[in-house]
Amino acid sequence: MTDIKAEIDVLPGLDSSARLLEVDGLHVEFRTQVGIAKAINGVDLHLDPGETLAILGESGCGKSVTAQAIMGILDSPPGFVTGGAIRYRGVDLLKLAEEQRRRVRANHIAMIFQDALSALNPVFPVGWQIGELFRVHRGTSRQEAKKRAVELLDLVKIPAAKQRINDYPHQFSGGMRQRVMIAMALALDPKVLIADEPTTALDVTVQAQIMNLLAELRRERNMGLILITHDMGVVADVADRISVMYAGKVVEEAPVLDIYARPAHPYTKALLESIPRLDLKGQQLNVIKGLPPNLTRIPAGCPFHPRCAYARDVCRADPPPQQYDVDPVRTARCHFWTEVVGDEPAVK
Amino acid sequence: MSQPSSNEVVLETRDLVKHFPITRGIVFQKKIGAVRAVDGVDLQLRRGETLGVVGESGCGKSTLAKLLVGLEKPSSGAINVRGQDMTRLSGGELRKARRNIQMVLQDPYTSLNPRMTVGDIIGEPFDIHPEVVPAGERKQRVRELLDLVGLNPEHINRYPHQFSGGQRQRIGIARALALRPEIIVCDEPVSALDVSIQAQVINLLERLQDELGLSYIFIAHDLSVVRHIADRVAVMYLGKVVEIGVEDEIYERPTHPYTQALLSAVPVPDPTLRGQRDQIVLEGDVPSPANPPSGCRFRTRCWKAQDVCATEEPALAPRDRSAHPSACHFAEVRDVVHAVE
Repeated sequence: MTDIKAEIDVLPGLDSSARLLEVDGLHVEFRTQVGIAKAINGVDLHLDPGETLAILGESGCGKSVTAQAIMGILDSPPGFVTGGAIRYRGVDLLKLAEEQRRRVRANHIAMIFQDALSALNPVFPVGWQIGELFRVHRGTSRQEAKKRAVELLDLVKIPAAKQRINDYPHQFSGGMRQRVMIAMALALDPKVLIADEPTTALDVTVQAQIMNLLAELRRERNMGLILITHDMGVVADVADRISVMYAGKVVEEAPVLDIYARPAHPYTKALLESIPRLDLKGQQLNVIKGLPPNLTRIPAGCPFHPRCAYARDVCRADPPPQQYDVDPVRTARCHFWTEVVGDEPAVK
Repeated sequence: MSQPSSNEVVLETRDLVKHFPITRGIVFQKKIGAVRAVDGVDLQLRRGETLGVVGESGCGKSTLAKLLVGLEKPSSGAINVRGQDMTRLSGGELRKARRNIQMVLQDPYTSLNPRMTVGDIIGEPFDIHPEVVPAGERKQRVRELLDLVGLNPEHINRYPHQFSGGQRQRIGIARALALRPEIIVCDEPVSALDVSIQAQVINLLERLQDELGLSYIFIAHDLSVVRHIADRVAVMYLGKVVEIGVEDEIYERPTHPYTQALLSAVPVPDPTLRGQRDQIVLEGDVPSPANPPSGCRFRTRCWKAQDVCATEEPALAPRDRSAHPSACHFAEVRDVVHAVE
C-alpha cells in the first residue's frame, strides 16, 4: 500500500519547495453553436498550505469553470483550455497525460460539489462509493476499504457510521450527504481541496455545521482550501484571501479584511453595497444597473464599464492593465482604483 | 422600509391547519398518518405592511403560502380576507375573492410558460376575471404593467427565454399585479437571483408597495433579505409560528432559542465580526413533520430543554422576559446578531 502511495507522490518534476498551487494566465473557451463563449480570460490565482482562498462571483463569471479546469474535469467539447498554466508544486497539470492527471485527482487535489445528491451515485451504498477510492487508487482489499470508509464517516461526524455505510445517498439528509462527499474528497489525503458552493443548497443552521467542519479539517490537515461561492457572508466568516471574478477575469484580489473595509474595484464595492445585512437596520440598498455580460460578446475595454459608476472614456476603449499593485498583497483591475479605494464605503 | 399606514387588518388566519395524509395500499388506501405541514397558524396582515415569514426548509412556509392564495385547501381553520372567510367560499364567489390575493413564485425560469408571449402571460388573469378590464383595453393595461415593473412595453410580444432572470421575475410580479390585488404573497421571490440582481427586485417590490399600497406576505429563508424588507417577522418551526414581532424585536431582541440559533448561523458580510458574535450551532436535523416531538417541537435540539418542555406545549404569547409573543417556556433575550463584548 505504502509503495503505491510513494509511486504516486513521484510526479515528474514535483518540487515540494514550489508553491502549492498556482494558476497562471488561464484561458478557457466554450465552442458553442451560438459562438465562442470566452469563459475564462486570463485568471491568475495562487494558494498556500493551510490557507483559505475564496473565489467570489455571480453565476457565469467563470468561478466554477476555473475549478473544473484545475481539476481537469472540464466538459470537452465544448470546453477547451486555450492558454495558461496550472502548476501544482511546480508541475504543470495541463501538460500531464490523462492517466497521470487521473492520479492527481483525489490524491493531490480533490473537489466537493454543490449538489451532493447528484454528485453521488444513487445505486451504490455510500460506504462502497467511499471505499472505491481505496480500491482503485490504493489497491486495498474490500474489507480494508470498508474499514477506511467507516473511519472517514467518523471523521466527518456522521453518527452511527458503522451502520450508515450500507445506506444509499437518498437515505441521508442534505447536510449528511454533504458530509459524505467531504469524506470522499478527503479519503486519499489531498493537499488541495476545492469546494464549489458547498453550502448553497443547505439551510443556514446546516451551513454553519458544514463550514465549521471544513475549517476544522483544513486546520488539522494543513490543506489549501479554495472556496467558490457567491455568498459574501460566508466568505467574510472563513476566507483568508479573496479573488473577485467578473466576466472570466479576477478583478480584485486582497486579504479578507482589506477587501471588505476598502474595496479597490467598483464591482466589489457595488456588490458590498447591494447586499442586505442581518445586523443593519434601515439600510439603503445600492442597485447595480444592468446585467452581467454575455460571454460570447464581452464588451470592449473593461468588461464592467456598462454597469460601472466610475466608467469614463478610457474604460470603454482600453481594458485596464493586468494589475496595479494597490499594496504589496493586493491587486485590482481598474483604471481608477485609487478613486475607488479612497471613497468611503456606503454601508457602515 | 415602508411604514404600515393603518391598523386595518386585510388578512387574518385563525388556527390554520394543513395535514397531508400518508396512505398505504393502492386500491384500498388506508390513512396511516399525516404530515403536519402547517399546524395551527394565527397571523394578521395589516394594510401596507410586509410580514416576513422565515424558517428552514420543511417548516411549512411554502404550504402556508399555497393555503393563503387558495392553491391548497386547509384541513381546518379560517382565512379571513376583509372579513370574508376564504375557506368557506366556492365557485364564483371564491374566484372573485381570489382576485384580491395574488402570488409571486420563486423560480422565474419554471413559473413562466415558455410557449406564451409576455403579453399573454401577464394578460392571462384577465381571461379568468374578464370583468376587471374590458377586452379592448387589455393590451394597453399589459403595457402599463410592463412599464410599472420597469420593463420596456415594446417587449410585449417577446417570449420568456429572451429575458434574464431578474427581468423574468419582473414579469412574474407584473402578472401578480394584473388584477390590482391588495395582498401579494411572495414565496422566495429573490432566492433564485444573483446578488447584483436581487437588490433591483427588492427595491422594485418596495416601490410598488409605496405606490400601490400593497400588503406583502414575504416568505424567505434568507434572514438578511427579510430584515431589509419586512415590518414584522414570523419565525416558523415544524408547522408552527414560534416567535413573532416587529423586525426590531426579532433581530435585536430574539427570545426563542430557535430564532436565536437561526440568526446566529447567518453569516454577516463583515470579517471584523469573525469570532466576535455569539455562535449557536444546532446539532442534528429538523425532526419529521409526520411525527413531531411532544410538547415543544424544538425541544429535541434545544439546549434549554427541561421536563416541562416534553409535556406542555408552550403557547405563542408574551412572557415575563419577552415583550413580544414567543412560544418558549424559558424565553429570554439574547443578542446573536452583533459582536458580543
